[in-house]
Amino acid sequence: MALKMVKGSIDRMFDKNLQDLVRGIRNHKEDEAKYISQCIDEIKQELKQDNIAVKANAVCKLTYLQMLGYDISWAAFNIIEVMSASKFTFKRIGYLAASQCFHEGTDVIMLTTNQIRKDLSSPSQYDTGVALTGLSCFVTPDLARDLANDIMTLMSHTKPYIRKKAVLIMYKVFLKYPESLRPAFPRLKEKLEDPDPGVQSAAVNVICELARRNPKNYLSLAPLFFKLMTSSTNNWVLIKIIKLFGALTPLEPRLGKKLIEPLTNLIHSTSAMSLLYECVNTVIAVLISLSSGMPNHSASIQLCVQKLRILIEDSDQNLKYLGLLAMSKILRTHPKSVQSHKDLILQCLDDKDESIRLRALDLLYGMVSKKNLMEIVKRLMTHVDKAEGTTYRDELLTKIIDICSQSNYQYITNFEWYISILVELTRLEGTRHGHLIAAQMLDVAIRVKAIRKFAVSQMSMLLDSAHLVASSTQRNGICEVLYAAAWICGEFSEHLQEPHQTLEAMLRPKVTTLPGHIQAVYVQNVVKLYASILQQQEQAAEPEAAQEVTQLMVERLPQFVQSADLEVQERASCILQLVKHVQKLQGKGVPVAEEVSALFAGELNPVAPKAQKKVPVPEGLDLDAWINEPPSDSESEDEKPKAIFHDEEQRQARHRQPEVDEEELARRREARKQEQANNPFYIKSSPSPQKRYQDAPGVEHIPVVQIDLSVPLKVPGMPMSDQYVKLEEERRHRQRLEKDKKKRRKKKEKEKDKKGKHRRHSSLPTESDEDIAPAQQVDIVTEEMPENALPSDEDDKDPNDPYRALDIDLDKPLADSEKLPIQKHRNAETPKSPEKEDVPVVEKKSKKPKKKEKKHKEKEREKEKKEEKEKKAEDLDFWLSTTPPPATAPAPIPSTEELAVNAVTAPDNTCEGLRREEAEDENDEAEQDPERKSSRHKKKKHKKEKEERTKDKKKVKKKQPEPEEEAAGPVENGAAEEEPAPPMSSYCLLAENSYIKMTYDIQASLQKDSQVTVSVILENQSSSFLKNMELNVLDSLNAKMARPEGSSVHDGVPVPFQLPPGVSNEAQFVFTIQSIIMAQKLKGTLSFIAKDADGATHEKLDFRLHFSCSSYLVTTPCYSDAFAKLLESGDLSMSSIKVDGISMSFQNLLAKICFHHHFSVVERVDSCASMYSRSIQGHHVCLLVKKGEHSVSVDGKCSDSTLLSNLLEEMKATLAQC
Amino acid sequence: MIQAILVFNNHGKPRLVRFYQRFPEEIQQQIVRETFHLVLKRDDNICNFLEGGSLIGGSDYKLIYRHYATLYFVFCVDSSESELGILDLIQVFVETLDKCFENVCELDLIFHMDKVHYILQEVVMGGMVLETNMNEIVAQMEAQNRLEKSENFPMTLHLSTR
Repeated sequence: MALKMVKGSIDRMFDKNLQDLVRGIRNHKEDEAKYISQCIDEIKQELKQDNIAVKANAVCKLTYLQMLGYDISWAAFNIIEVMSASKFTFKRIGYLAASQCFHEGTDVIMLTTNQIRKDLSSPSQYDTGVALTGLSCFVTPDLARDLANDIMTLMSHTKPYIRKKAVLIMYKVFLKYPESLRPAFPRLKEKLEDPDPGVQSAAVNVICELARRNPKNYLSLAPLFFKLMTSSTNNWVLIKIIKLFGALTPLEPRLGKKLIEPLTNLIHSTSAMSLLYECVNTVIAVLISLSSGMPNHSASIQLCVQKLRILIEDSDQNLKYLGLLAMSKILRTHPKSVQSHKDLILQCLDDKDESIRLRALDLLYGMVSKKNLMEIVKRLMTHVDKAEGTTYRDELLTKIIDICSQSNYQYITNFEWYISILVELTRLEGTRHGHLIAAQMLDVAIRVKAIRKFAVSQMSMLLDSAHLVASSTQRNGICEVLYAAAWICGEFSEHLQEPHQTLEAMLRPKVTTLPGHIQAVYVQNVVKLYASILQQQEQAAEPEAAQEVTQLMVERLPQFVQSADLEVQERASCILQLVKHVQKLQGKGVPVAEEVSALFAGELNPVAPKAQKKVPVPEGLDLDAWINEPPSDSESEDEKPKAIFHDEEQRQARHRQPEVDEEELARRREARKQEQANNPFYIKSSPSPQKRYQDAPGVEHIPVVQIDLSVPLKVPGMPMSDQYVKLEEERRHRQRLEKDKKKRRKKKEKEKDKKGKHRRHSSLPTESDEDIAPAQQVDIVTEEMPENALPSDEDDKDPNDPYRALDIDLDKPLADSEKLPIQKHRNAETPKSPEKEDVPVVEKKSKKPKKKEKKHKEKEREKEKKEEKEKKAEDLDFWLSTTPPPATAPAPIPSTEELAVNAVTAPDNTCEGLRREEAEDENDEAEQDPERKSSRHKKKKHKKEKEERTKDKKKVKKKQPEPEEEAAGPVENGAAEEEPAPPMSSYCLLAENSYIKMTYDIQASLQKDSQVTVSVILENQSSSFLKNMELNVLDSLNAKMARPEGSSVHDGVPVPFQLPPGVSNEAQFVFTIQSIIMAQKLKGTLSFIAKDADGATHEKLDFRLHFSCSSYLVTTPCYSDAFAKLLESGDLSMSSIKVDGISMSFQNLLAKICFHHHFSVVERVDSCASMYSRSIQGHHVCLLVKKGEHSVSVDGKCSDSTLLSNLLEEMKATLAQC
Repeated sequence: MIQAILVFNNHGKPRLVRFYQRFPEEIQQQIVRETFHLVLKRDDNICNFLEGGSLIGGSDYKLIYRHYATLYFVFCVDSSESELGILDLIQVFVETLDKCFENVCELDLIFHMDKVHYILQEVVMGGMVLETNMNEIVAQMEAQNRLEKSENFPMTLHLSTR
């Protein structure tokens, strides 16, 4: 009723709403297009009216038509009109239409900027929301730049509904306007901890997207995400974070170590399959990243494989599919653990679901070994026979070839078998992959010399039965194998049993129905065959037979001379003349074989596909230089009619000068075509093969009989691969028996009394992959490379990648110039660019200091930057170096200081790391070590520095982002540029026996002035299970181990874990030290229970813990001015050492000092460097290291002379090893 | 990221086409058609993932779909999305439709495409998942419907259904 009334009242204005339109279209099924064009006309009328409701209705209908495929961009302006309606109802319609059809090419889009800004700041949250949603679909670089600041403000809106939308859209803004990333990032990071879960999730979402493209810039957020992961209960957020960690771990293996435990816990505890699956995926990523460093994660791998097996066995096809997908990832690094599930994967090949079968095929690829290759391929071959649909069958075929040929035919032990598989594959009907099979045949025949004889015999049979293969030439690509067959028979004709027969087969009239390029190969190889036959017969002194062959050639070759294919024709006529000449000579009784076969003398060697690229450019050759001056345009036009060669030259020239105008080229091409068309002698490109086939005289009368190939063909004489499988098995068996015999003989000699045992043993066929010797002495010829080939060049990243622009260092503090543009009222004067504004200020300031000072400061600044970065890296390092907390319970630990084993203090550390980071962000550039900034003088300087830095930043901003340093701790401290530092480990051996090996490292931290932490890695070297481990030391007056509350000084400290065989883990113990000026040793014992099958024993291992003076030092950055001041102050005592016979480079030397003795480089000039460190009790230690020819001298200054001399002694020991 | 969300019926008729990357209309139609042919071939009891979206993006992209009665809901996503997560998301979307339309059927989608879009906008924004909590989505939808009604224009009669 109401509807009718309303309709009546506005009928005049418009007759159809969206529903009417839909209904109308449904009622006009026959003439839909016509009806719609009518409707569009109506809509055009409606859009012309002033009434916004009518317009909105029209736009709404247009949106529907857009879905049906109609271009509605012509109404873009009307859409904008509707977007700017004051009513939400219309606005929403407008924005929806815009989001469906606006894009960067829409020219009116620039008119929307102000409207969108207005909507973004609308008091109604839904106006804002609708604008954000719409904008997210059509944001352009201009819109992004103009609106970035408005959107950023919305990220702190009071309504979570707006906040989450604003956060999400920032990703789109970053993509279009990368400059906004740095200014907006701190706020985005803040949103990770938003009270509203939706906003939090949105922020995680955006950062994950960002980090996925440029993970290294987001490593520093790892602690934050780790906290989120252990605290969040939202599976969506968890999945995103876990996926993100999967992207980060390859960059930082230590992160992976930390993740394993919480992830394993999640795997055990979660009931959500999606979460479980992502956890497994990330654990796999972690394991992959660790696979080189830590071999002892078999438990985790087992867990993953086990969970995946459950997924694969599930009746839910989705889980099955994903299980297989993840399995293939494990396969890459841990093939062994997957191989044991071969049965399951082979089962999946029978699945009704093609996606699952394809996944299973992928897995098989990595699972083959010498032992099971034949079996797997046999299974696949039966699938090939059964497969319906060519796509899947083609996939199977390529997989079989991939599997067999992978890593240089590594797994093939019997090439006869492989060739026969290839031949069997040629019987596939309708495959597109004939060329693949052909390539394999060629490759094997060329590279495996031992197989040539066999290959040739098979190929000749194939040629003989070519009519089968080529029966449906035009429809399938399988005839490509004839190309290979012909070439192999020709090239290796010396192996042919009956060359005459093959020659005849190749000269059959039917051959002319093959595609041109195959015929060409036929013709060429016929001659090779002919040459070898001639030779044979001349040697056998049968001149008549030789003449017969020649006669045959002369008779049959003309059929090729008539070929429509240029190549075939050319080769055939050339060869025909040659043969005729031979015939003449033969008539005179002249021996010709020698000379004819000389045509094909020499061996063809395979050349690596990249060989050409790797040929080094000879010195003095400039490929870009002109050889001749480029011919002028007019010249080329004038001379065109004459010259084919001239054209050639031009083409070469074009090579060298790619900037020849595209238009110009097109013009020339056109001209040439024109010219060719008018030239009666110009032979136009050949007609399509199909046509040619029909035109060929005589051929059309031959009835083409379709042969039903669905019944596996048993061509007489054709080998079946099964035959070879059997043979190979027999061979292996024999081989094994022989081996066993040998073994037995040896054993018998040794122990003649025990006889019964052996018989049982030998009946079990336990052979490992390595035992199987190949059947043929396979000599796989490697591909040739040019001499002094260039090192392989890695493929560059796609320069057009839109995400590359977002590769921005987010840890650098913000510069003023980086603020987002804020819309202001337009001023009459032209706005100054920020650079211009700043430059005079800087100049003024920088004029004051003398040149020297300036230089000095520049250096300082660089150092500061470096140190800043190092600090970040250290934070992360610090976080990473602690062992992970149990994910479920971040239990607060009572009085950490007292607690001896602080293996579980990570939550505190995490927070600390965060706090420090945040502080840095807030303080921005003011952030610097306050201790060393006391004097006024320095403050001034610092101010100047700041300004210079901002200026510097501006420059940097335009360039590529600075190369990131890896977060690799203090190793890099001294090793700034050039050479890579040698691998260093700070862990040294503590004690070792047959059960266990202990290595340790001592870390000091500035926070606690008299404590050091000893990290001990315990590695179980036995096959027993080690438990109840307890570590105890005899405390000295000076050093005491911190023990749990309530225990006496004689009690040991339990190690908080047990060690299964072959596993290692790290425990940490805290020691309190009173005086640190002397090194000292503590005696201690590790006691444990070793349990194996025979029972448990109580074991002990004594050790001496060495606290060197260096271990009390903490790497502390120092600025050169502070350093100079320190030296000037004069209250430091001095000492020095000199070490001779140093061969290491200075840089590595410094790196070593930094690493082992915890120093940082203050300044380095040539072969002289000043270094600084600080003890946990606040002693300053300054070093001046100078390198002579073969010696190094170290002058040290320190507030404590004993400490200094001890330190220098230790350093001497380190340097002596260099 | 989600690249595209397509809803079409058992005959391939589009009911909702939402691309988060620009394609000209004819390409959009072609993608819908090809996607339809890809999923049509598949039984209901085989897995819901399809690889090798040669249409959009390439090998990094997957088609993840669900089939409900007469409708296919297809999401084209890249590797940053969790496969099972997207399946859940489709479920959330459909349940939300069911709640907003009260027993949703294909006809609702046919006649109220605009409204389906508005609901989708509360779930996915610019190709990223915005909200997965159904109650929250429904609450926002209802609030917007109320706002529309309060604007008290006759047109609300057709736009805000039921």
